[in-house]
Amino acid sequence: MKRALIGLLALGMGLSLAQQAPLKIGVVVSATGPAASLGIPERNTLVILEEQVNRRGGVAGRPVQFIIIDDASDTTQAVRATRKLIQEDGVLAIIGTTTTPASLGMIDPAAEAGIPVISLAANLEIVAPVDEKRRWIFKTPQTEQQMSTPIVQDMKANGVKTAAYIGFNDAYGEGWAKAFEAAAKEAGITVVASERFARTDTSVTGQILRILSRNPDAVLIGGSGTAPVLPQRTLKERGYKGLIYQTHGVANPDFLRVGGDNVIGTRLPAGPILVFDQLPSSFPNKNVAQSYVQQYEAKYGIGSYSTFGGHAYDAWAILRPALERALKKEQTSNLAAFRKVLRDEIEATKGVVGTHGIFTMSPTDHLGLKFQEAAVMVEVVKGESGKLEWKLVRTFR
Amino acid sequence: MDWTIAAFLAADAVQNGTIYALLALALVLVFAVTRVILVPIGELLVFAPLTYVFFLPSGISGLPLQGVIPGTAWLSAGMLAVWAALDRAAPRRAGVLLGGALAVLGLAWWGAHGVPLWLGWILAVLIVFPIGPASYRLFFEPAKNASVLTYLIIAVGLHFAYQGLGLVFFGPEQYRLPAILPGQTPIGSVPINNQAFLVYGFALFCMLGLYGFFTRSLYGKALRACAVNRLGARLLGISPAQAGYVSFGIATLIACVAGMLLAPLIQPAYFQGFLLGLKGFVAGILGGLISYPLAVIGAIVVGGLEAWASFQASAFKDAIVFALLLPILFWRSLRSPEVEEEE
Repeated sequence: MKRALIGLLALGMGLSLAQQAPLKIGVVVSATGPAASLGIPERNTLVILEEQVNRRGGVAGRPVQFIIIDDASDTTQAVRATRKLIQEDGVLAIIGTTTTPASLGMIDPAAEAGIPVISLAANLEIVAPVDEKRRWIFKTPQTEQQMSTPIVQDMKANGVKTAAYIGFNDAYGEGWAKAFEAAAKEAGITVVASERFARTDTSVTGQILRILSRNPDAVLIGGSGTAPVLPQRTLKERGYKGLIYQTHGVANPDFLRVGGDNVIGTRLPAGPILVFDQLPSSFPNKNVAQSYVQQYEAKYGIGSYSTFGGHAYDAWAILRPALERALKKEQTSNLAAFRKVLRDEIEATKGVVGTHGIFTMSPTDHLGLKFQEAAVMVEVVKGESGKLEWKLVRTFR
Repeated sequence: MDWTIAAFLAADAVQNGTIYALLALALVLVFAVTRVILVPIGELLVFAPLTYVFFLPSGISGLPLQGVIPGTAWLSAGMLAVWAALDRAAPRRAGVLLGGALAVLGLAWWGAHGVPLWLGWILAVLIVFPIGPASYRLFFEPAKNASVLTYLIIAVGLHFAYQGLGLVFFGPEQYRLPAILPGQTPIGSVPINNQAFLVYGFALFCMLGLYGFFTRSLYGKALRACAVNRLGARLLGISPAQAGYVSFGIATLIACVAGMLLAPLIQPAYFQGFLLGLKGFVAGILGGLISYPLAVIGAIVVGGLEAWASFQASAFKDAIVFALLLPILFWRSLRSPEVEEEE
């Protein structure tokens, strides 16, 4: 009896000891500011994951603590948060942040301190080329290049010979212009017009007239959020009959709400999670996406999920096994050495099935996605209830 | 570019130009009477339709906003309450202002619990309207007789504050509003949105109304006197402060109604007001911020230039429009007298 008690006591002490030394992971997301509609589901996802992993006994028997900081969609604040997480909190790795400019800003402080970062932003430049600084940076969302390929393939399948592009006059639109024009050229599609508009614009008639005067078979609109509704509406009002493509930046319910009937028939490439329930059962990440969406909706309500939270889920899906492997090789008390080992282990990620695809990293590829699993073609249709819905058109496997 | 395209672009230029003209009129009015460049006018323009979204049934707005009181109502009521506190020396006026604050909240509550569309439309304008005159009382009136530069600094500060509040109140995304007159009417070969005719009608009404107000009514003449010579007007018993409220009030009303009429055409969001206001400002500058007819012509020029630039070189559109300021400012700086009447 006494022995059992002592045993229990020791166990309790062991447990409490374990609780005293959680594995600290820094998180920077844009929970407020213009990118909040992306950052909030990311934060929510990580809150769920922290609770879940600790309920199941943590990582290698140690609890995990996410230290979540909001950067308000601002680069300066993201950089400051990064420095704070590294120096004051002594985190093992950082997940974040939501936007491309802020993620680019985080590269320098992360590389200086030698800490692995998994970004949740789209632009390829965050992880490529993998140089002395970007050795430390990884990311989970698909790049414009990876999303251009399915668009061009879909255009070819629909017999498109000429296409026009109209996109934001900022980093997002320029990135897409570059990626799309390169992919189209390779596929033998002529890009007959390349126009720009601003998020704040209240009229795009001039640009649309120029596009219409060149009579393209398809138009790609490179914008994110709800602003890309305007060019699409203008195209419809001016009687354009060809195919209209959007980018995955519009894959959120707000786009359907603002777009209304004007966006019916829009085709866009999206992460498979957007239409998880319509994927063929052979699709490799169907189950992961489904279970993630169920967990998310159980906590935040039916219909509350978006594809962006999936990027945060994928970041943890990569980080967690890497942490486990690193814990076998190095003590967390030796912070600098541990971060280095952890970086190597993230780079050694192979075949991790996430909500958006299958991640296999290498020293030259810090994203590790192939578009075949990471993108599907989706069309906006009017459902039976009269509500707009995303419908899976085709996969690329 | 052929004739069809030119006709389409012209129609677009007129639609945009009309809005810039309305904003330019409001800016010229406020500047002439108070020497304030009302930078936050664009925010006032988008506040009204965004408030209206809260009063729409969720079937139309697509949002579960039933029963939510829009943040603009709290802002408006709060500003009226502070105004009442500042004017507590005059109990009757303070009482009226406090009553106004409560009325704004009451209207917002009523609107949020479901009203007919037309009534919600009016409620939205009524709720946002007090923000204009209250801004004058709270931020410009205490800085009486300050320089134009000080007023400009305050105005820019207000613009950032209202834009930030707009983000908090309405979120980062755009909204869709129902048109009062749906559909299109072809004029020649160019289909024009019917809603745009309302905008034209309102612009015409504003121009004629302001003309009549300034030439026929005693109040308008008093405002003009203030604009020409503040000190002289005061000597004749005209209160510059009151002139300030009236000019801010008219400008806010123009902005609010213009915003409500424009909203179905543009899908308003919190960030859209500033650029509209800035282009209205450029139009006003063409007339030296003094002349109403020149401001209207300036607005059409800005709209036309913008339409042309968006067709020819869309990536540089805004750069071209704002580059227009440089030769104009140069020309005006050569022409304008060295010392202004006051200060």
